[in-house]
Formats: sequence, C-alpha cells, structure tokens
Amino acid sequence: MSDTSAPPTAHVVADPVMPAAGEVHAGRSAWRRAVDSFLDNKLGIAGIGLVILVILFCFAGPLLYHTNQVSPNAAQINLAPSSQHPLGTDFVGFDILGRLMSGGQSSIEIGLAVAVVATLFGVLWGAISGYAGGAVDSIMMRIVDVVLAIPSIFLFIYLATVFRPTVPLLIIVVSALSWVGPARLIRGETLSLRVREYIQAVRVMGGHSTRMVLRHIVPNSVGTIVVNATFQVADAILILATLSFLGFGLPPPAATWGGMLSQGTNYLYDGYWWEVYPAGIMIALTVIAFNFIGDALRDALEVRLQRR
Amino acid sequence: MTAYLIRRVLQAIVVVLGVTIVAFILQNLIATGPALAHAIIGPRATSAQVQVFVTTYGLDQPLPVQYWHFLWQLLHGNLGYSYKQNQSVDAILGQQLPKDIVLVGTSLILSLLIAIPLGVAQAVRRNGVVDHVGTGVSLLLYSMPTYWLSLLLIAAFSVSLRWLPAEAPQGVNVGQILADPAGLVLPVVSLTLVNYALFSRYMRSAAIESLAQDYIRTARAKGLSEPYLLRRHLLRNSLIPVTTMVGLSLPGILTVGLVTEYVFNFPGVGLTFFNAAVNSDYPVELGIAVLVGLVTVAGNLLADIGYAVLDPRVRYE
Repeated sequence: MSDTSAPPTAHVVADPVMPAAGEVHAGRSAWRRAVDSFLDNKLGIAGIGLVILVILFCFAGPLLYHTNQVSPNAAQINLAPSSQHPLGTDFVGFDILGRLMSGGQSSIEIGLAVAVVATLFGVLWGAISGYAGGAVDSIMMRIVDVVLAIPSIFLFIYLATVFRPTVPLLIIVVSALSWVGPARLIRGETLSLRVREYIQAVRVMGGHSTRMVLRHIVPNSVGTIVVNATFQVADAILILATLSFLGFGLPPPAATWGGMLSQGTNYLYDGYWWEVYPAGIMIALTVIAFNFIGDALRDALEVRLQRR
Repeated sequence: MTAYLIRRVLQAIVVVLGVTIVAFILQNLIATGPALAHAIIGPRATSAQVQVFVTTYGLDQPLPVQYWHFLWQLLHGNLGYSYKQNQSVDAILGQQLPKDIVLVGTSLILSLLIAIPLGVAQAVRRNGVVDHVGTGVSLLLYSMPTYWLSLLLIAAFSVSLRWLPAEAPQGVNVGQILADPAGLVLPVVSLTLVNYALFSRYMRSAAIESLAQDYIRTARAKGLSEPYLLRRHLLRNSLIPVTTMVGLSLPGILTVGLVTEYVFNFPGVGLTFFNAAVNSDYPVELGIAVLVGLVTVAGNLLADIGYAVLDPRVRYE
C-alpha cells in the first residue's frame, strides 16, 4: 500500500487500527486521531444526525403518531394533505406519514442486516482467500468473479420469480449478492498485510492460521471493513427500493419506502404529489446520510488519505 | 505479458463457465420436467401435450445432460429457443441488442464527456465552488433510486411542461427508434445522469491522484502552460483508471439500463428480460443472463488489458 511503513513494535500488534503508514505511537492515539478527524468532519456529523433522526422517526414516531397501516379504508383514498393526514393518504386509504414510518422500519432493518451479514461473510471469505493464496485463492476468487459477472438485478428478478419475498429472504438474497465487494477489498488488504513483519513474526512464533486471520488480519483491516459496511447499508436500501419498484418487494400490507414510491408513481399524471415525493425523499435522505458517514469514516480511518 | 494474457483469458473462460452453471441451476430451481411444461402450456394441458413439450425441450433428460446440451448449443452460438415467442433467443437478442447499443452507448459516451472534464476541473480547483457543486450533484444523483430520477424527469418535462414524450420510441429496429429522437431524450438523459454519478467521484479522485505525481511537478517546473499541462499530462494520465472503471462498471450500467428501459418502456434487452421473467419464458431469461455475464467478463478482461497497454508503468510477470 505505502512505502513508508515503519517497522511496528510488539505492542502495536494488538492495536486494531495500526495505521498503514503512520508513526508508531501507542494504540490509543490512533483511535483518538480517528475520532477527532471524524468529529472535525461536518458532513460526517450531519450524516450521523440525519441517521439518528430517521431512526427516531421510523421507530419512535409510531409511538406518538398512531395510524392504521393494516386494513385499507376505501372512504379515504388519495386524500390531499390536511390537518388530519399531514401528508395525505394513499390509494387504499393508508395515512402516508404513518406509512413512511413503518416503511422506514423495514428498509432500515434490512439495510443494516444486509450490511452486517454481507460484510461478515465477505470479510472472512476475502481474508481466508488472500491468506491461503495459491489454488484456494484462485478458486475462491473465481467464485467471486462469477457472482460479480451476473448483474445483481438480473439475479434478483430470477430469484423473486421463485420465492415469495419475506424480510429474512430479502436479507439473504441481497447479502448473497453484496458480499463480493468486501471480499475483494479484504483480499487485497490481506495480500499486503500478509508480508508485513508482524504477521510474519506471528507465523515464526508458531501462530495458527485461524488465529492469524481472525486476530491479526481482520482487525488490521477494520478501517476498510467499517467504511465499506456503511456504504453497504446505503446500497442495500437503494436495491430494496428498486426491487419493490419492479414488483419484487415485500407483499402488502407490509410497507416499504420503495413500495410506496412505486405505488405513488401510478398517480404521477394525477398531480397527487404527496404520493410521489415523500417516500423518494426519505430514501434519498437516508442514503445520503450513510454516504456522508462512510466518507467521513474513510477520511478518519484511512491514514493514507489524511496525509494529503 | 503474454503469459499474463493467457492466464487472464483462461480465468475468464472459467468464470464464464461458472456463470452458465449458476444460471442453469437457477433456472432449474424454478421448475423442471412436467411441472415446467404445465407452467408454460397451462394447467389443463393433456398428458400427451405435456409429453410433446417435455420431449421437444429435452426436459426428460438428466440435468447434467441438459446442461451439456445447453453448453454445446452455446458454443455454437445458440442461446436457446423461447417458450413463448416462437423465436430463437438469438433472433430476439439480434433484434433488441442494437437498440440497447444506441441507448446505453449514447448515454455512456455523454456521461464520460461530462464526467471527465468536470472531474479534472474539480481536482484542479479542489474545494472550490465547481468542486462542491459537482460533488453535491453527483452524490444527490447517486442517492436517488434510479427509477425515481426518471420519474421526476417525466413529471417535469412530460407532465408539467409537456415538452417531451414520457415513453421511449417504439419499434423493432434501430431505424425506427432513431426516427423518434424526442422520445429518446428522457431515457438517454436519465441514464446519462445516473452513469455520471457513477463515474464522477472516481474521475475526480483519479485526477487528484495524478495531480500529486512528480511528473506534474516536473511539467510545471519546465514552464509548460497550464492548459497544455492539463490536456497532455493530467487528462491523459487520469484516463487510465477510467478505462478500468468503465470495464468494471458494466454490471451497474446494465442494471441501470434495465430499470430505465422498464420505466420508459424502451423495447430493449432489459425490458425483454423483465417480461421473460414475468411470463416464465425461462430460455430467454437464461440466454440474456448468460449474455450479460459474457459481456461483463469481456469488459473486465478488456479493462485489464487496456490498463496494461495504456500505462507503460504496469508490468505483469
């Protein structure tokens, strides 16, 4: 990665964010520097604030603002915003503000779950592949290439014709196609870590391969992993929205932002703006927020960029 | 270099084989044998009719034999025969693909024409007004579901202003598509915007990376004029990673293409795939998935080779 890496001392080995090209200080200061750098980043703070607001809105909102999101109400369809329905009602009479809340719950839950599952799997895959090298590496990476070669939307449509979408299934399907990104990243990282002195030192001391991967290689790539996971949340929310639009989202009465948006688009010509914009704005806001956080984390954790 | 090329091509062949296996397994997850026949020709088909369907499509063979048959046909350029359209998949693709090349190709070129100069401008005046606006716009575009962007364009230019049609031109060949340029504007614009969002961040950081190189300092020290330096040294060197980026972005570009075709009802491969999925026309689905996989692998291969050819510093063992 960089040609200026200082020989690490023994106590740095235990430090999870040994900077790739940093001065060799005690572990704490690297963390402190990262936190300070993150706190200096206004967009990163804005991103955190936005995510907290969105989560409060979706999960605490329904406690304060009670709406019926299960049984349709034919007497109240496509109503314009009023004091009773601040954002109007949709095509079967659901209150849109309330639906935004419950729709956000599933979108955020699935997005976060996908980021966790895909990242865990991808990181292990990449670390093992890069660490093992040779034939194992070739086979594991060809599998990654195969998954990458089929554009995900084609596979989603394929799978959606076979299975009826549920929350766990969507998490599995989106994760099954999202782990390849982190796998590639971490393999690259592992290849460069593998030849470092402190990894070789562990090997010389007779460290077991499993221990090497889990205790040294994965923790030392934690910056890359966290940054990537943040972007995974954003991407998963977008993928979910697209799937809903194409008709492969969660079936009603489950609410999703993507489902609301695709329903609303039927009324594009009728001027029912409250059915077209709120869900889209929520998706875009959430995705932007996670992107801000990811960018700020990258600036904070990747020392190579800090130096510029 | 030759050894690297051979290894790279062999890898690509392995990946393509993998793609065909995955696609074939997925297709057979849906239904096989008589169940599949019933799904296609209807639940009330007689057993004789089912028998004819099963033997016609070789569904009574064991799966490995079916796969081998599929692969053998594929090697002869035959992607299969549609269950629904009474046409070979080749014929369908032959009809749709040129239209996609018009749509996707035009917007790809347009988005690069915007992203490349803008990325250089952003890198040169880093943290200036242009940089902030450029970054903001690309982030905003990237954060929207692509179909929503298309629908916003329709809401603005078709519904409110009534300047442009909301539907893409309809027709069986490229000539008929091109005969209605007004209809092409919105699909091309929305694809261009989405691809721009995909490329612009990458282009900006590539240009920033190049700016920090010693050869730029040397060129400045020689007293080269700034426009010449940007054109000859910065732009050219920033283009190297862009080739890789375009090659690797192919799956993303095709995905966006599918969604855009769906929104604007553009009669291309993406919409054909979608309709085939909805209508259980599995051979068409399988054929398109394999074709898209081939294109992606070829794109990655070309990107790697392009990298080695364009950048004399890159040496492969």
